[in-house]
Amino acid sequence: MSLEQFKNRNVGTQNYKTLDLDHTPVTGMGQFKQVVSRTFKPELFVGLWVTFREMINALFRGKMHTTQYPFEKLPISPRYRAIHDMLRLLESGHYRCIGCGLCEKICISNCITMDTQYDENQRKEVSEYTINFGRCIFCGYCAEVCPELAIVHGPRYETASEQRASFSLFEDMLTPIDQLNLQQEYQGFGAISPNADENIKKTPLAY
Amino acid sequence: MSEVQTVENMVSITIDGVDYKAKEGEYILNAARANDIFIPAICYLTRCSPTLACRLCLVEADGKQVYSCNAKVKEGMEITVSTPDILAERRAMMEVYDVNHPLQCGVCDQSGECELQNYTLELGVDSQSYTIQDTKREATNWSSVLHYDPGLCIVCERCTTVCKDMIGDAAIKTTKRGGEALDKAWKDEMPKDAYAMWNKLQKSVIAPSNGTEHTNCSDCGECVAVCPVGALVSRDFVYTSNAWDLKKIPATCAHCSSGCQIYYETKPASIEDRTEKIFRVTNEWNYVSLCGAGRFGYDFENRTATKDATTFAAAVKAFKKAKVINFNSVITNEEALMLQTLKEKLGVKLINREARAFQRFLGFYSEASGQSLYSLDFKEVMATDFVMSVGSSLRNDNPNARYAFNNVQKLNKGAGLYFHPVGDTLVPTFGKNIEMFAHKVGHEEAALLFIIKLFADQDKLPSSVKEQLDSDFVELLGGDTAKFEKSFEKMMKKKESFSLMVGEDLYFHEKAENLAKLIAVLEASSEVKVAMIPPKTNSLGVALICDLDDEAEGYTIGYNESGDFKLSALGDGDLDMPAMNQQEGTLTNMHKRVTPTNAALEYNGYVLNDIVREVASAPKETIMWTEHLPVSKGFKAVEFDSLPNHYTNDGVEHRGYLLESTSVEVEEISVDKFDDSNALEGEIAYRCNPQRQFNDFSDKAHQIFEGFGLYTSPAKAEALSSKVEVEFANGKLTLDVIVDERMEGDIVAIPDFKSAENIYELFAGSRYQTVTIKEV
Ligand code: SF4
Ligand code: SF4
Ligand code: SF4
Ligand code: SF4
Ligand code: SF4
Ligand code: FES
Repeated sequence: MSLEQFKNRNVGTQNYKTLDLDHTPVTGMGQFKQVVSRTFKPELFVGLWVTFREMINALFRGKMHTTQYPFEKLPISPRYRAIHDMLRLLESGHYRCIGCGLCEKICISNCITMDTQYDENQRKEVSEYTINFGRCIFCGYCAEVCPELAIVHGPRYETASEQRASFSLFEDMLTPIDQLNLQQEYQGFGAISPNADENIKKTPLAY
Repeated sequence: MSEVQTVENMVSITIDGVDYKAKEGEYILNAARANDIFIPAICYLTRCSPTLACRLCLVEADGKQVYSCNAKVKEGMEITVSTPDILAERRAMMEVYDVNHPLQCGVCDQSGECELQNYTLELGVDSQSYTIQDTKREATNWSSVLHYDPGLCIVCERCTTVCKDMIGDAAIKTTKRGGEALDKAWKDEMPKDAYAMWNKLQKSVIAPSNGTEHTNCSDCGECVAVCPVGALVSRDFVYTSNAWDLKKIPATCAHCSSGCQIYYETKPASIEDRTEKIFRVTNEWNYVSLCGAGRFGYDFENRTATKDATTFAAAVKAFKKAKVINFNSVITNEEALMLQTLKEKLGVKLINREARAFQRFLGFYSEASGQSLYSLDFKEVMATDFVMSVGSSLRNDNPNARYAFNNVQKLNKGAGLYFHPVGDTLVPTFGKNIEMFAHKVGHEEAALLFIIKLFADQDKLPSSVKEQLDSDFVELLGGDTAKFEKSFEKMMKKKESFSLMVGEDLYFHEKAENLAKLIAVLEASSEVKVAMIPPKTNSLGVALICDLDDEAEGYTIGYNESGDFKLSALGDGDLDMPAMNQQEGTLTNMHKRVTPTNAALEYNGYVLNDIVREVASAPKETIMWTEHLPVSKGFKAVEFDSLPNHYTNDGVEHRGYLLESTSVEVEEISVDKFDDSNALEGEIAYRCNPQRQFNDFSDKAHQIFEGFGLYTSPAKAEALSSKVEVEFANGKLTLDVIVDERMEGDIVAIPDFKSAENIYELFAGSRYQTVTIKEV
């Protein structure tokens, strides 16, 4: 075993490089001037004009191009990788995760952590499980490695909240026990979107 | 000694057509390992006897199939590691191991470092040809620390072997599984060795050998360490972490003077609490064996420390006015050197009772023998075939001295003499050729004279010794002369090398000087070589580095000991200090080796070096003292960061360095006359810790349960109430009576692991005292 890591005693000194930036104005007047000079440029009015023109087109000339979210939502592809779901066994309702730690190990952003312990039934109990969504890059490796099909990426992409931590504990991700009948099985990496048919268009062959 | 052997007795062998050198008489497996050749093997443990349980280590030697863990190399031997037949055997064996093995690697604690997993992959087992009905096997707890899951056990017998051959408890054995018998048809269908292995495997599981559900053993956890699969795990660790999540910190155990190699294995405590925590302690179990204190007593870190400038200023002020520093042997060489520097610069006196006693004894020995250090280390003791012990409670004082005593009996067909006033029921079970003398307290000189009489060349003895040898020592020491003569003859058969271990009783002895001289006489006149057990962790280092004082008065700084201003790594002092698992530095162990240890856990407070920098002068880091350890005392001027810390495949230890011993010519020794009327009579108390307890730090650990009380033999306990008052000449203690089932006789033991109890004062310079025991 290499002892190198024990020879570095410079804890606390990091190699940060400071960027070469302009001085930040300190007086109130200076700050006001900076804001004004950064805001009012001719490009601002060009942009406003384009937006106004397209608004008129969309609202009064019937030229709407986008989906009217949040009144209208497109179906999400099963391949989409949003906030993780922790699934349960259908028969017993017990969580599927066995606490093997493979997801924790494979995670390339090192953002999965779990606490396990010996429970009264002599089994390995997952007493807590968490994903740090500040670091998760939604790569899907955890779902891919899981031998129990316990962790999957769900379709929940609406994740605006005050803290990302509100999604990240075991019980936040676990299928609520009263909604077990609604639990969706993960269809696999090759699965197609539910609206795949609609999306098929004739190839525009102009010639 | 061992070096001479390696140079002279080498033989040439070839493995798979390549020439290699091997030590004569070595097993093929070890020879291959020493030359970095891989032979699959599960059941063999270096330093233990081969059990032939797994049979995986089959090789072809000179055209014949042999088990490489059990067949010795011969000059010119030609070895082939794998032939088609052997490969078929090995593949079948691995398939057999996987029959009814739950393969629950997903939750198993061993996953990632499991030998069954590794070999199943190594031998490419991708199909199963064998089946048999499974037997219900339920997981149980054998003791407060051991958890056994027979469903995972592959009955390799490593646990039972290490417990018998190394530890000496023989607390577990193979027993009947009650499984279905193998279908005879397999016998013709499958490879021969694989069938034989399966036949045995199908019949056995492991169980406590006392016939109960519980082991009632030393709780050393070495069986847990050697188990190749997840069958034996410590109770505290079960299902709490995967092996790969833990960070290994190479360190030295700081509980006793054995200074064992350990790894602290750490990771953040939990999701909520991200501070690093030690989850377990592991070791290189092929080359070093731990005891229960080292394995389970690891969470003694000091968590309360902060950098508080006012207390630090108070500490500096206290040091400036200090007259005395009172410390103990749980200290690194570097810190000991700092204290010595303070003595030289500020003129403080240094008090360390156990190290001082050892220092004096070592001094007397050096004067008489001309050698600066004792002759043998404990690995050399392990290589002898006749081992003796005087002045140490073998089971309690130092686990590795005891392992050596036991291992000699088991592996070298050895014999042993055990002299100690407190009788023991375990030591005599180590082997058939052991004689125990529960002699009177005060008859230690007689024990040494007796050994001289047995082994010395009479012509080489000084007259002052020779004239004392006429007595009937066997009788005097409490044995039966006729019986002993007969058994001694048997003991001496085919014996070539002799060792004597001496312990703390002699250092804290009125006649310490005379005892040291007798040891020197013994070495000079016989083939017996001596190893000494330093009383506590780094007593040897402190004895060599510090110029200790006998008595001192005035304003006292206590370092983990009592004082007017207290530095404490336990978090209960005036200024916090880092505990041993939060420090880097070196320790000098009983093997005369200076071993490095690294910090496993964070520490946020001040260290001794900071104080020394204020009051005298000191370099930036504690470990910068390492290169300044006194070369004249045998240390080397090497930097801490250049010290190695590992074992190589041939079992050679590369941890730190060995102390240099110097020798000078000496004149003839003259010893005092032994006076047999000096024996202590009446109710006697002995200063001795229970197994797994050594100091306040082992006591702090949550898996060490042995309490502070009066330890007695079962017979003695019957005569006492459950709580007693023990009265010494200069004080008294009220203690609970705790039965130690392995103690014998009337002497009671009082531990010294709690420094706050001031036990050393009560015993006043001796390890035995007459006391009055009263009911309360
Ligand atoms: S890989 Fe799956 S089963 Fe294993 S710990 Fe992660 S979620 Fe649980
Ligand atoms: S003992 Fe080894 S092979 Fe068996 S379940 Fe545990 S890790 Fe897997
Ligand atoms: S408990 Fe472990 S070491 Fe003991 S026989 Fe079973 S597998 Fe081997
Ligand atoms: S803990 Fe030690 S003494 Fe007890 S059974 Fe295991 S190896 Fe033997
Ligand atoms: S207490 Fe002593 S014998 Fe036990 S592990 Fe520590 S150093 Fe080794
Ligand atoms: S290692 Fe040789 S038989 Fe197991």
